[in-house]
Amino acid sequence: MTRFKRCFGLVILLSLSFNSVGHASTEQADRTIQIGVTPVFLNYQTSLLEEWQHYLQDRLHRPVRFVQRTTYKEITDLILQDEIEFAWICGYPYLQFQNQLRLLAVPLYQGRPVYQSYLIVPAADTTTTSIEDLQGKIFAFSDPDSNSGYLVPQYQIQQLGADRNKFFRRSFFTWAHEKVVEAVAMGVAQGGAVDGYIWDTLAMINPEIIRNTRVAHKSPEFGFPPFVASVNVAEESFSAVQNVLLNIHKDSEGLSLLKRLNLDRFSIQNASLFDSINSMKKVLEQQ
Amino acid sequence: MKLTQNLSLRFKIPLFTAILILVVGASVTASLLLSGYTIFKQDLLLTSKNMGRIMGHTLTSALLHDDVWKAYEIINTPFSIESEENSLQASAVLVLNSQQQIYVSTNPSQYPMLTDPSDSDPEISQLIKRINDNQKKPHFYDDRTGFKSLYIVTPIESDNTLLGTLIMVYPKEIFINRFSTVVRFAGITTLVIIALLLPIGIYWGRRAAKPLVELSNCMGHIGSTIPHQMDCQIIRYQSKDELGQLGQQFLHMVDQLKEKEALEQQVLIAERMAAIGRFTAGIAHEINNPLGGMINATSTLKRHGNHDPVTVKTVNLLERGLVQIKDIVAALLVEASPETHPLSRQDIDDTLTLVQQEAHSKQILIEWNNQIEQQIPIASTLIRQILINLLLNAIQASPEKGCINCQVLVSRSLLIMTIINNGKAISEEQLQHLFEPFSSDKEGGKGLGLWVTYQIVEKLHGDIQVSSGDMLTEFVVTLPFQEAA
Repeated sequence: MTRFKRCFGLVILLSLSFNSVGHASTEQADRTIQIGVTPVFLNYQTSLLEEWQHYLQDRLHRPVRFVQRTTYKEITDLILQDEIEFAWICGYPYLQFQNQLRLLAVPLYQGRPVYQSYLIVPAADTTTTSIEDLQGKIFAFSDPDSNSGYLVPQYQIQQLGADRNKFFRRSFFTWAHEKVVEAVAMGVAQGGAVDGYIWDTLAMINPEIIRNTRVAHKSPEFGFPPFVASVNVAEESFSAVQNVLLNIHKDSEGLSLLKRLNLDRFSIQNASLFDSINSMKKVLEQQ
Repeated sequence: MKLTQNLSLRFKIPLFTAILILVVGASVTASLLLSGYTIFKQDLLLTSKNMGRIMGHTLTSALLHDDVWKAYEIINTPFSIESEENSLQASAVLVLNSQQQIYVSTNPSQYPMLTDPSDSDPEISQLIKRINDNQKKPHFYDDRTGFKSLYIVTPIESDNTLLGTLIMVYPKEIFINRFSTVVRFAGITTLVIIALLLPIGIYWGRRAAKPLVELSNCMGHIGSTIPHQMDCQIIRYQSKDELGQLGQQFLHMVDQLKEKEALEQQVLIAERMAAIGRFTAGIAHEINNPLGGMINATSTLKRHGNHDPVTVKTVNLLERGLVQIKDIVAALLVEASPETHPLSRQDIDDTLTLVQQEAHSKQILIEWNNQIEQQIPIASTLIRQILINLLLNAIQASPEKGCINCQVLVSRSLLIMTIINNGKAISEEQLQHLFEPFSSDKEGGKGLGLWVTYQIVEKLHGDIQVSSGDMLTEFVVTLPFQEAA
């Protein structure tokens, strides 16, 4: 009830600005498009989200709202319960609930829909070259539903034949990739697993933070965290949002957004893009 | 001590004022600093304890859920916020788990996770001992001497179960650093105030001492005698305060002393003159009796005696000598002749005629100012004698082509005669004995003129004053008379 009221209020507020646009159907204009975002990107850039929200509203002629939560799971839960229609999540939770989610679009990073998981260590540590060297140390994961920040290092440990639960002396979750960087940079953890795309982007926009860290190892490439839609989203809405995302690189505003996101554009990809994640998932599930 | 006792007020008052200002400034600053330090420390402790309580409370859920990163973010909050006033920041915040191992810390390099901090840090080791001794409520602060840091220890509890301990470490230098800023500020303020007050104080001190010092200098001049010209700046100090009053009283006293001295001098002279008078009168009377006989004898001898030439010549010689003695004795014995007529304007003018011849010979100009309009009941013969004596004296004292001023006037039953000449000054020494008989050093006089004048004035109950300067010598004779009814 509360949520309904909130949405209703937002509609009234936003409808004032949309009346002038005029050509959207009233039925559609009533519904706010809610897009869940997870820390698969630098989601502390509130101004970026605001800019993006305006961009989408202008193109869709409908109110758009980004929904942020601390963990991946909270966003996954929201979309599975149809509280939100769309979400930008990691490939790993997508695979877990593949039958309830539809691939909407996959960002192209450096021209390709893939990214890597980075194993990072404090800059002072010049010897570590793989996760094996971090046995018995303190390790920072980003999120238990993150591919690059959890699944990949877990798989690597498994591949070493070690006991995943006893490999590190202590491990903890920071619930965001940039916080893994911070934990390692501050020396709270002696190693961490982060999204390579985020580390690279941080290196561009905030080199101070990553200065005290060093990438010890880069994983093979995996499917980039995709935009997904609930299977229950109307086809009309699905294609409208997909269309806007796919054409985002065709205007200057969109290009400026992409530049801030450090992405090239959005693309349509087959679910097989995430096969490599899926195989890791299966290996770990067998244990 | 002797030195400061003997020091001049000119320095003592400013010095003591300066010392007073310095002592007051320093003690006020010191007391302010002391109270400032106490308040500052209490504030810091209170703030830190409150912060510890808030953090401890917030950390409960993080520890309960074993969320290391959340715990780290909580304890790191004070460090992550960029603050300009960084001086009051803790140097480290540690969270110990229930086994007193490091759960998480803001300084992982110094206090790595899951290590025993007492191994590396003896101060923490002592703290942990205290925490263990005091298991129930390990809420305290520890800044014992010998410790490099101040520790604020807060328990992290959930439902009365101790989950861990929060330790906030404050380096003691922050007290010193922060306090040194306060001290510097207070010091500068005090110095500025002292710099402002000191010159004022010294100036005021000197001002206060100045009249006293001058008074002391003036008093120093007064010995057995009082100098006529006293250079006392104290006259300039016109205030009505005690110092001003003191100055006025002093000047009054000096005036009185001067008057007293002058009076004593006059009394002395008068007494001497009286003594001389009595003495001369006594001698004159003793001489007069045999003299009368001798003159009679020579007269008889001339009339009835042997008229041989030698005898006649000898008798004449004797007679002349005796008459001369008689004249001198008569002059010494000034006799009043009350039977003379009252003084008229003409009597005064006549004296001018009598001395005019003498004045002409020296080409002296006499300014004559006779203001007598009517007859005055006073012996005219004596007045004429006084005037003639004084005028002849003046003519003698004047240089060639000199100038004499004579004024005679009546004022309130007083006859005032003033005779001024521009001859050379009479010395102080001469003035002392001026009216005594045979005191004159001038050639061709017996020095009886002023003696006679003095005697007459005395007889008439009047007063004669002399003043002599570089240019002018002035005689003023004041004589009282009974005004006609």
